[in-house]
Formats: sequence, C-alpha cells, structure tokens
Amino acid sequence: MIRLLIIGLFALLAAPVMAQDSLFPDIPKATGEAHPEGNEYWRINHPDMLRHDRNLTVHEGDRQIQASISECVTCHAVKGPDAAPVTIESDQHFCRACHDYAAVKIDCFQCHSSVSEDTDQALLLPGQMLGRETELDALRAYLEGASQ
Amino acid sequence: MKKTSENGAERSRRDFLKAGAAAVTLAPGVTLMALAAPASADGLKPGARWGLLIDSSKCPEDCSACVSACSNEHGWENNGLDTDPQWIRKVNLKNKQTGRASSLPVMCQHCEKPPCVDVCPTGASFKREDGIVLVDRHICIGCRYCMMACPYKARSFVHEPVTGQKHTTPRGNGTVEACNLCVHKIDRGDGTTACVEACSATGNNAMIFGDLNDPESEIAQALLNYPSTELRGDLQLNLGVRYSNI
Repeated sequence: MIRLLIIGLFALLAAPVMAQDSLFPDIPKATGEAHPEGNEYWRINHPDMLRHDRNLTVHEGDRQIQASISECVTCHAVKGPDAAPVTIESDQHFCRACHDYAAVKIDCFQCHSSVSEDTDQALLLPGQMLGRETELDALRAYLEGASQ
Repeated sequence: MKKTSENGAERSRRDFLKAGAAAVTLAPGVTLMALAAPASADGLKPGARWGLLIDSSKCPEDCSACVSACSNEHGWENNGLDTDPQWIRKVNLKNKQTGRASSLPVMCQHCEKPPCVDVCPTGASFKREDGIVLVDRHICIGCRYCMMACPYKARSFVHEPVTGQKHTTPRGNGTVEACNLCVHKIDRGDGTTACVEACSATGNNAMIFGDLNDPESEIAQALLNYPSTELRGDLQLNLGVRYSNI
C-alpha cells in the first residue's frame, strides 16, 4: 500500500516537471565558438554586459568589445525557410526564442539591425528574390512549407 | 550561479591578462610590467579634434555627391518632407548686392561648446573626447530641445519606425540624430568620412577631413595658410567645420 502511494506521489511530482520541459523554449544553435564563460553566465548577464559595452562603444569609441550586438546576431543567426537569416519580425529569431517565453520586450532592434552585417539586405525584401535561380528554389521551398 | 556585474575594472584586468603585458624581471620577486599599447587604428585617438574644411569655390551648385554619400553610408532617406531626416544638406547663397552665388554643404558643425549638449536634459547629447558631437540614442528621450538649440538646423528627429538599418549606424524611431562625422570610420582608422570620399571621387576636392590639433595634418596646414570662416562665428562656438571662399 505504501509502495503504491510512493509511486503515485512520484507520478504527481514528475508530471509538472515534464510539462515544464516541453514548455521551455527551443533555443536555436549558434554557429560560432562557444562562450568561454558558459551559456549560463551569458543567459544571466547579457543585459549588463551589453549595457556596459555599449557605453564603451558610444562614448569611448571602443569597437573591439566583448558584448557586441552585431556579433550576437551574427553567431546566433537563424536561417529561415528561404535560406536568409530571419529578422526580429520572425518568432524564430534567436533573441525572441527566450524573450517571447519570458514576456520581456526587447528594444534593441528598434535601432539596431537584427541580422548579421554580411546579410544581403535584398534577400530580406520579398519580391526581389525572383529571377535568381537558387533563391527561386528557396522561395518554392518556402511556399510549399507555408501551404502545408 | 552568482550574479556578477561586468564592470570596467574587471574588464581591463581581463584584457590586461589577455593582451599580455611586457614583463621584465629586475630581481627575484621584483617585476617591472608595462602595458602593451592598445591597437592604434581602433578607437578614440587621444588629443585629436576631428574637423572638416570646405572650400565653397570648389563646390558646384548642382552637385550633391556628399549628400547622397551620407544617405547611403548611414541609411537615412530624405524625400523632401519637413519631417524627413537630413544629416547634411546643400545650401545655396547669393549676395543680393553683388550677385555672387556660392554653394556649400551644411551639417553638424561639431562645436567645441555645443548648445545641443548644454540643453540636453538626459545627457544623451554629448561631445566625445575627440570633439565629435553625438547623440547617445540609448538615453535620448526625443524631447528635441537640442534641435531647438542648434543654430545650424543640423539635427533631425526620426518620426517613424525604421527597418533595415546599417550595422554601423543604428537609428530608430523617437530619437534625434545628426551628422556623426562617420564616427565608425574614424574609430576603424579610415581617416576620412563618406562625404569627403564622395567629394574627392567627383574630382571637386572641396572637402578636407582631418585632425585640427595635429599641426602637420593637411587640414591644419590649409587653415594656417589660407583664410577660412566659421558659420555664425559671432556665437563663438569654435566649430570643427570650417569654410573658405563663401
């Protein structure tokens, strides 16, 4: 009887944990080298680091900073179905994965670009992709994906 | 994990260790250390004052290469509306008595004593150590006092949401902006601005960029040897942008 009770208790405890696991955002993989301080450190400290280093750049002209928003979006670029990196408009964007989950609004991209520097801006504008073969394929893949 | 704040001291210590300091052991236990010099090209040049010298006699009325170059470099667009941003504009002058006409580009004059900095309630409008007057949009609240204070009408307000910004020039709705003397290019060590590059490309060579504090620089030599003037010199703001042959 006690054994049954214990099993029942375990099942009760395990259920919310499992539910939480499935709710946790799916964080997209980055392309560059891993942060030496570890992901946990960055998850907690990235607002402070960005705020600190932005002052170095704007006021002291130091552009070789550790926490650069431009590098964030370069390493953490998420490719959309059309093979171009997604902008902050998409909920696939790296920053939005967690920020949507935590319901914390980010203002950074009202001014800063949310895609890497070498992204062809033309790729981001719909309608300009036509006439280019590789991108036509990407567009087809995208449309097929959307219709499903 | 314990929350640690990222402060300047921590950073410089880390950089110190990372960059590697030159160390000389004088005696056992006594070490003389010298910091490695920071990379010269990148960042703020101490003691510099960046400025422009514009020769109006070499600036044709129908040329606006500097304006389009600035627009391309920084990603702003002016379609003629009063509310459109304008970092640099062409001004045509005519002396009513003699009829002599001249043309010149006008942008932020990068004053030594900028009125826009005096009036800013948040400290967003500031002057960098090397004389460049900037807006820190992180703390700009968009009150536009600086626009009222500027005698040169150099600043504009962003009235609408912006997308597709240049990486080097973040700009967004609700903040004030103006010519930043291509600060990203200066920090990179390019030694020029987009407007000066474009002006040289047209062959007019009406604009010179350089360090006013360096007596050997082209701009300092030109200012030394030829007459030049400040716009509204009566305000005694000691401008970084100077004109000749107006």
